Amino acid sequence: MNRQSNLYTVIYSVVLVVIVGVVLSIVYQALRPQQVENIANDTKRQILAAALIVPTKNQNVSDLYASHITDTYIVNTDGDRIDSDVDPFSVNVSLEVKKPAAERILPVFVCKTDGGTKYIIPVYGAGLWGPIWGYIAFDSNGNTIYGAYFAHQGETPGLGAEIEKPAFSNQFQGKDIFNAEGGFQSVKVVKNGQEPAEGAYVHAISGGTITSQGVQRMLENSLEPYSAFFKKLSEGKEVEK
Amino acid sequence: MNLKKTFLPLINPLSKDNPVIVQVLGICSALAVTAKMEPALVMTISVTAVLALSNVIISLLRNTIPTSIRIIVQLVVVAALVVIVDQVLKAWNYEVSKALSVFIGLIITNCIIMGRLEAFALNNRPWQAFLDGIGNGIGYGIILVIVSFFRELFGSGTLMGYQIFPQSWYEAGYMNNGMMILPPMALILVGCIIWVHRAKNKDLQE
Repeated sequence: MNRQSNLYTVIYSVVLVVIVGVVLSIVYQALRPQQVENIANDTKRQILAAALIVPTKNQNVSDLYASHITDTYIVNTDGDRIDSDVDPFSVNVSLEVKKPAAERILPVFVCKTDGGTKYIIPVYGAGLWGPIWGYIAFDSNGNTIYGAYFAHQGETPGLGAEIEKPAFSNQFQGKDIFNAEGGFQSVKVVKNGQEPAEGAYVHAISGGTITSQGVQRMLENSLEPYSAFFKKLSEGKEVEK
Repeated sequence: MNLKKTFLPLINPLSKDNPVIVQVLGICSALAVTAKMEPALVMTISVTAVLALSNVIISLLRNTIPTSIRIIVQLVVVAALVVIVDQVLKAWNYEVSKALSVFIGLIITNCIIMGRLEAFALNNRPWQAFLDGIGNGIGYGIILVIVSFFRELFGSGTLMGYQIFPQSWYEAGYMNNGMMILPPMALILVGCIIWVHRAKNKDLQE
């Protein structure tokens, strides 16, 4: 057969593509379960990191998660726990933060630590180049931040990417997100040397201004819908089922 | 059979015909993944695997590929192998796969691979093509390791994630060089390596 003919070329490419397609789908199917588990474990690691629990090399993240996270549930903007078929762990926070506050599904992770019960809230927003996200752990007074974890997809290394470093996230420890009158104020991220008019603040990253502002907006937008939930926590009410 | 001649495709790319500093291929990924040593090593292994396998496959097919679509055929083979590498990494080493993120996908467009397929695999037997793939992969890796060694040591004070400079240095006022973390520094380091290499190998000077 003439190897330069159109027919040969067409048949050749079709056969090649079919073979490649079959091989790829077999590989994908074979590796899928392991990948899903890895992604879930990575999320669990991030949630635990907010409560300042970091697995050592020999610790299984999944076991650690199971031993610390005692309860997960979904609340509404009135702060009431709602029954839902949705698994709080698999809520896609990136979609939720785009909805109006009242329509959002708000997951809460309850974490038992040596320092008492902590409530971990996922946050999600935009940095300079792409999405940024994180988990914030609150004390049971529903006001004070116990720990924070931030991650990013593609912020500039050495600048915006510094938000994932403990040097940045540890600043949030001990900050209150409500003022003395009980109004929601979030935590401001301000330039070194400056102070906001009121409320808790942390230092922004020099050279990472847009990312730092992104963190501030992310906290405001993601935490505000939880205001009622935090209020109930601070009044010591058990979150009703 | 002349033993030296057989292994020439394996040895040549290590220095005299190095893909990065002599053929000047694959510079883009050499800049991108060399901030730390671990991703640089994983990238080396990934590129070597893809390069060796695609070289062998293309070499086996070389007499059947219609010339009019040979680049497309090469791309399909390379892309398939890269997707497999990406999936395997996601399953077995998720942390590193996250660190390398898009750069694994970009192996498809790594000039070394297309360059070696066009220049070598299309005209040589599979065994030779395999050696050429391994040789070029290692040649690429040598440069990545050298660059990432300096970048991680002076940029983060660590090697393979282990702290090298003691904490007391930092307390005494030593600071990591932030410039080392940024891609331009990789370009400068690659330039320095080319400089030293050319100075040692007079026959490469133009």
